[in-house]
Amino acid sequence: MKQIISIIAIVTIGFVLWQLVPIAMPSGFGAVTHHYVADGLKDNGGSNLVTSIVVNYRGFDTLGEVTVLFLSVSGAAFVLRRRSGLEVQEPVPASEIVQTGARMLFAPIVVFGAYIFVHGHLTPGGGFQGGAVIASGVLLLLLANRDRALPHGLLSWVESLSGFGFVLAGLAGLIVAGSFLANKGVLPLGQWNRLVSAGVIPIIYILIGLKVGSELSVLLDVMVHAAGDEEAN
Amino acid sequence: MNIVTWLNLVDLLVCLVVIISAIGAAVHRNLLAATVFAGVVSLAISFLFLRLAAPDVAMTEAAIGAGLSTVIFLIAVRRTEEVEGKDQ
Repeated sequence: MKQIISIIAIVTIGFVLWQLVPIAMPSGFGAVTHHYVADGLKDNGGSNLVTSIVVNYRGFDTLGEVTVLFLSVSGAAFVLRRRSGLEVQEPVPASEIVQTGARMLFAPIVVFGAYIFVHGHLTPGGGFQGGAVIASGVLLLLLANRDRALPHGLLSWVESLSGFGFVLAGLAGLIVAGSFLANKGVLPLGQWNRLVSAGVIPIIYILIGLKVGSELSVLLDVMVHAAGDEEAN
Repeated sequence: MNIVTWLNLVDLLVCLVVIISAIGAAVHRNLLAATVFAGVVSLAISFLFLRLAAPDVAMTEAAIGAGLSTVIFLIAVRRTEEVEGKDQ
């Protein structure tokens, strides 16, 4: 019965959304889109236009997204720390293959994640993707060795300082160029398609990458170790 | 058959994989299997994003949708009930 109701609800919502598509997505592009595509390179100097939009034009939204992620990780950590009464399974030690593989792969995965967010203004990807890749490397480390404790103090410092730096970069734009998170005029845009170019965009994306990576790592650590904490209590 | 037709066929197949895996994720009684189905949905959708020339979104979907959230769901399922509605 519950499944039938859910299927009816899904079909109804799908039908309504299908009817709404022509209203929500007009066939042509608006003036704002034209401005982004035509002047994005001139305004920001980054060869990845998506990054220019996400970090500069829509930078305020990105600040909100980072805050939402921070709040959800804090909430998950808060809830899982206080949970008790669950059945605790004895952690099975990982096999030799997983442990050796994790030791070998951890550094390349972290370097790859850092590469993704450092080159966010040049190639596809950026802070969120690079942070997620770094967190998956941390997950591998945690799966290989359940007893390993992450340095929570260091991670929360990295997380707080990078969030603070993001807001500082935005305030620098407000003071120098007259609008929050402005890019043009704060730092030189540099030469197109070089690593050091596009003004403050690479700095902000590196900060976002560090923030997202440390947040997701802490979340995974809390999830994996929630059982271990109950054993200690 | 030229390469464009082949790619369109592959797109259609991937769309079928998305639909079948989504139904599997919704109806499967074993929550571990349902979680893996949901991960397959994300992976296939990230391929479709790549085909629609959105590599940034494809990377996010593959790293967060297929990777991290699948693992987080797996951990959560392991720590709770593995079969849906066992107590009913």
